[in-house]
Amino acid sequence: MPGATKANDDRRDGVQIDLISGERMDGMASMEKIRMILDGVHDGNIVILEEGLSPDEESKLIEVTMAEISPDEFNGIEIETYPKSGTRDSSLLGRLMGNDDTSNKLTVIGPANQIETLHKDETLISALVSRS
Amino acid sequence: MGLFTGLKDSISRVTDGLFSEQEPKRIGIYGPPNAGKTTLANRIARDWTGDAIGTESHIPHETRRARRKEDVEIERNGKSVTIDIVDTPGVTTKVDYEEFTDEMEKDDAIRRSREATEGVAEAMHWLREDVDGVIYVLDSAEDPITQVNTMLIGIIESRDLPVLIFANKIDLPESSVKRIEEAFPQHKTVPLSAKEGENMDEVYENIAEYFG
Repeated sequence: MPGATKANDDRRDGVQIDLISGERMDGMASMEKIRMILDGVHDGNIVILEEGLSPDEESKLIEVTMAEISPDEFNGIEIETYPKSGTRDSSLLGRLMGNDDTSNKLTVIGPANQIETLHKDETLISALVSRS
Repeated sequence: MGLFTGLKDSISRVTDGLFSEQEPKRIGIYGPPNAGKTTLANRIARDWTGDAIGTESHIPHETRRARRKEDVEIERNGKSVTIDIVDTPGVTTKVDYEEFTDEMEKDDAIRRSREATEGVAEAMHWLREDVDGVIYVLDSAEDPITQVNTMLIGIIESRDLPVLIFANKIDLPESSVKRIEEAFPQHKTVPLSAKEGENMDEVYENIAEYFG
């Protein structure tokens, strides 16, 4: 069927964006989240997390990413995060109480060879995404 | 865990990090590639032990394995501290071997990138498990507000590790220490040139006072 073939071709030519809700991430273990993100990025997708990762998860994401880099196949990730307005709590009391802002930051992750951050400020992340 | 139990544990973690009596303390030197971490580690090691730690280079990821110099005793203004300096590879989220092919053959570039990725993974693991404090080195001629710097500082803060920020390369005309102070106002920033040995007295004063 010509129409179906064209639709499939369009899909192959495009860039898939996975917008993952906080609700979906809620019940997942840290390594499940990291696996889901990196599986998406390996497929060439841009992954957008409604709620960010904890600092410990970010550290593990870097560690696992490094383990999976290979010549001519995967050279890592681009990651950009900004906190939602008015939610950042960097006070000593905030940190003592365990407020590490996990649920209050939006995070964009993509393949390093396909995504380039053009601009970032408190309210905007502007990225250029190219096809691989 | 109850609210007050959690608070007590958190306070305990903070005080343990700042005032532990265990000696020597393992101080990790972290930061992005080419910030001058190895140059600084070598200068500290040479000044206090007479030996260097590793090779310095303008090529990113020259340090591909964490290296340690043990029992470095630093004294300033009546305060002293004995530390193990851990020089780590520059932290990044991507490593592309093609960045090195101008400087070396493809096989060597691939080997270097493989070693670099293993080194960064190791450095991240150690940050979670094996350091008592952090010296975070930034190139003061570069914009400090990058995702890697923000993320790393956040990871260090979340572990309640004491951290000093060193604004390196103040000998460069485009250096701006103020830009770093404004980016991370919650931490003490110390300006220096590890290459030229500028302001090392203040560096040692802060290390002895902050980690001692």
